[in-house]
Amino acid sequence: MSDRGLIFNIQRFSLHDGPGIRTVVFFKGCPLHCQWCQNPEGIGVNRNLFRYRDRCIGCMACQDACSGGAISITDSGPLIDRAKCRLCLECVTVCPAGALEAAGREVSVSELAEEVLKDRIIFEESGGGVTISGGEPLLQPAFLVALLKTLKEQGIHTAIETSGCAPCQALEEAVLWADLILYDLKLVDAGKSSYYTGGTNALILGNLKALVGKGRRIRVRMPLIPTINDDRDSLQQAAFFLREIGIDELELIPYHNLGTAKYTGLDLEYKLPNLRELSPGQIAAVKSTLNEYGITVKSEV
Amino acid sequence: MSTARRGISERVQKLREQSENTEPSISIQRAALVTEAYRKYVGSVSVPMLRALTFKKINENKVICINEGELLVGERGPAPQTAPTYPELCCHTLDDLDVISQREKISFTVSDDVKAVQEQEIIPYWQGRSMRDKIFEQMTGQWHDCYQAGLFTEFMEQRAPGHTVAGDKIYRLGMLDLKEEIAAELNGLDYRSDADAENKGEQLKAMAVCAEALITFARRHAQKARELASIESSPGRKAELQQIAAVCERVPAHAPRTMWEALQYYWFVHLGVITELNTWDAFCPGRLDQHLEPFYREEIKAGTMTREKAKELLECFWIKFNNQPAPPKVGITLKESGTYTDFANINLGGLKPDGTDGVNELTYLLLEVIDEMRLLQPSTNIQVSKKNPDQFIKKAGEVIRKGWGQPSVFNVEAVIQELLIQGKTLPDARCGGTSGCVETGAFGKESYILTGYFNLTKVLEITLNRGRDPQNGKLLGIDTGDPRSFESFDQLMDAFEKNLHHFIDIKIAGNQVIEKLYAEQMPAPFLSLVIDDCIKNGRDYNNGGARYNTNYIQGVGIGSITDSLTALKLHIYDQNKFSWDELLAALHSDFGGREQIRQFLIHKTPHYGNDDDYADSIMQDVFRRFHRLVDGRKTFRGGTYRINMLPTTCHVYFGSVIGATPDGRAAGSPLSEGISPVQGVDLNGPTAVIKSAAKMDHLLTGGTLLNLKFSPQVLSGEKGLESLVHLVRSYFRLDGHHIQFNVVDAETLKKAQQNPEAYRSLIVRVAGYSDYFNNLSEQLQNEIITRTAHSST
Repeated sequence: MSDRGLIFNIQRFSLHDGPGIRTVVFFKGCPLHCQWCQNPEGIGVNRNLFRYRDRCIGCMACQDACSGGAISITDSGPLIDRAKCRLCLECVTVCPAGALEAAGREVSVSELAEEVLKDRIIFEESGGGVTISGGEPLLQPAFLVALLKTLKEQGIHTAIETSGCAPCQALEEAVLWADLILYDLKLVDAGKSSYYTGGTNALILGNLKALVGKGRRIRVRMPLIPTINDDRDSLQQAAFFLREIGIDELELIPYHNLGTAKYTGLDLEYKLPNLRELSPGQIAAVKSTLNEYGITVKSEV
Repeated sequence: MSTARRGISERVQKLREQSENTEPSISIQRAALVTEAYRKYVGSVSVPMLRALTFKKINENKVICINEGELLVGERGPAPQTAPTYPELCCHTLDDLDVISQREKISFTVSDDVKAVQEQEIIPYWQGRSMRDKIFEQMTGQWHDCYQAGLFTEFMEQRAPGHTVAGDKIYRLGMLDLKEEIAAELNGLDYRSDADAENKGEQLKAMAVCAEALITFARRHAQKARELASIESSPGRKAELQQIAAVCERVPAHAPRTMWEALQYYWFVHLGVITELNTWDAFCPGRLDQHLEPFYREEIKAGTMTREKAKELLECFWIKFNNQPAPPKVGITLKESGTYTDFANINLGGLKPDGTDGVNELTYLLLEVIDEMRLLQPSTNIQVSKKNPDQFIKKAGEVIRKGWGQPSVFNVEAVIQELLIQGKTLPDARCGGTSGCVETGAFGKESYILTGYFNLTKVLEITLNRGRDPQNGKLLGIDTGDPRSFESFDQLMDAFEKNLHHFIDIKIAGNQVIEKLYAEQMPAPFLSLVIDDCIKNGRDYNNGGARYNTNYIQGVGIGSITDSLTALKLHIYDQNKFSWDELLAALHSDFGGREQIRQFLIHKTPHYGNDDDYADSIMQDVFRRFHRLVDGRKTFRGGTYRINMLPTTCHVYFGSVIGATPDGRAAGSPLSEGISPVQGVDLNGPTAVIKSAAKMDHLLTGGTLLNLKFSPQVLSGEKGLESLVHLVRSYFRLDGHHIQFNVVDAETLKKAQQNPEAYRSLIVRVAGYSDYFNNLSEQLQNEIITRTAHSST
């Protein structure tokens, strides 16, 4: 059992990832790479280095500190030669202005538990708890289970937010220790799924079916991505699949583009720059389509 | 915003518009009447009687105003939005009047007539005789130096001691009943063995004159209403005017029998208090829902009142408060409280005297009134007990999240414990609440006086400069040695405490003199009528007559000083990142050419407000020292000193007199407000803020102020409302005293966009996801601004 894991964020006062007021822990690393992902720093299994040009004051501290000669300061802030960067992150330590920041920090289960338990009183008052999200939490299964067990011992309500793209056995074990599973369903069509998420979804759909079959408490959530899965065919496929395995409720998570600036900060390309957020009218239309196919949209978060 | 017509009826809408759209102006009438009375009576009567006869003079002669359509009558000046002046306290110079009329913010129209009377009648009599002149004359040079340097402010230098709230007595007893009580006390005076009997007799007789004066004032309104009725053509309005006349004949002479009479009675008392002196006007009806509930219940049962009619009366009542701007302030007092708003702050909910849930039908009705009126005055708060239903907080939350700042939220269990720790009885504590901004008090029974703000961060600046104020080089404090020689952080804290002690001593020494001046020369016999046990004790409110007497010093900038000390501890003593030389040089140059140091201090130091014990333990340390040095000292009139933690607008003024600070704050910038974190550094969200703030021992204070900022989307929907309830309940479970939700509008977001450093902690929510506004691209920020403008109606 692994006592240590890699996380990239802890977000307190989260209202939309399970009941009550929650703290969400974002595990780093994801087997998928969905084109619309708004947490690109969560995908890789190693740490990442962000650069923020607006914050740079041009003091050159990072350039001086970089032993690999990977950083140069320009008019548009720090430029990073990613090929040369060895991710020692010394630049992050010396940057006074937060213009260079690391994504990813290694923590032990006990350190992490101590940190998330800071809001215990708020969990108790609100019926909230801790949600493990990512990335894909099941990419660090031993760490995940160890954390869930520790929190359970402390009487904390836990939830896992998963893509379902994980070995069935690992998923089933983790699920035993969590009070709630938030399960993402993106696309049912195999071809589209493979194209947009980089993974085949046989595993995802199979796992969902298996978990439901075993009577696990699951809340299915669909990130609603305009032009990709909000069309009638995709919705119909999703609805038929869900009803076939005995689910008639769905939460929608309408696409947002709050994280696109992160791609620039990581020097990555965002493949869907022209995607617009859905209007309330469009979302309402999706809901009614899903209703037609026998799926109740439980809430929209 | 004032274009929207708000109110349950046409009449309310018109009165509200009048209140909102009338420019505040100065009325010289009161000043002229006071001067006449003083010319006539000074020297021939006792001081309490002089004040009573002055009060009588005003009430017998001031212009009676009944506005078109109104149901509740009486203004402080001759018309809405007219502010009288109080030359016996502060005699404005002609220059003052020019400044008052010409300044960009908080200005008042000053007519030529007013100036002429001021020049010919008021100034010649009052110059050198006003309390302000006497106070400044009697303060030591050291006090003046510290006052000018911005170490503290002085609440009584142009406004009288205030901060008290009416209890329930006026709903049971008329002024004639109080006169009987006075007569009984007078009869019982023992002139042979009580050395103080003479003084008590004068005080009691003065109170009786004031009671009669208020009855006269009410009857003059009755007379005016009858006159108006006789020429009124509309039968409906005619009947109303006759009703007004009947109400004004009944109260305040006798106890009220209806809600209308109760409200009108309170309002006459209110006018009496704020006409007698310009007390820091926290005076208000306090627990209004509980006081009115018996009247409302009876009338509804009898079929003589409807919910709508009650609402209309309450809305008329609201407008009355809003019609009275705070008297014009000048000098440092304007800076510490730069607002027209006086501080009436009505309490809703809480507990009943027997300790049971105090939320009633009127509580909910009043929440509707607050929402519908959207007036700055009266301010409102909800008193939340663990015994109150969540539904109560939710209903208030629906108003709060509209984003115009009311009501604020208080913790009943904390308030009661604070009062008990201060020695109040349990029933008195349960009938208490909070007033002004956040100040705890035993309503109807306590004289609790805010004496001035105290600049904690300035004390640190002076400590770092060996007792000198770097702004002018004057030695104001104690030379506790060169900080470069401090071997440990503890040594720095000890030096800070020595100076803290020094400046608190200076502040309190000044307070004692001022308190004595008020006790001897400026009694308040009218206010003494309504605050227990002034009648029983035969002593004035300003001379320790109340059942409880408390003086407060208000600590300002706990966030700024905590972050400054944290930076020093971490970077000099724990991590040796900077030397004292480097840091002091950076501070003295206001970080000129040292932006790297400033950025490092901001970004690489734990900040108070993030639930980080490293910083929060320093907050606790500063708080304990401040508390220890003030709490329990005795006041002149036999009361006790306490602390509270609130700023009004003083954090801006106090910041303006301090150079750069070790938390990376630039010279002259505002300090943190209340017990809120430094603006923009709380990056772990609201739960971390309340956890940090709750590490302060709130129960040892008489009030703390915490502001939480949200974008409207965060609190939207049922989940947002529930989360607001949960945050409140969590903070209060940790003994937090007060919390207010600052729901930001699009305008603020635009400012945040232009000045991102100051808004680092602003959270926005768009679609199922919350983030810091600062983290978003400009394009997205614009989109959110647009959306916010649409949603924050």
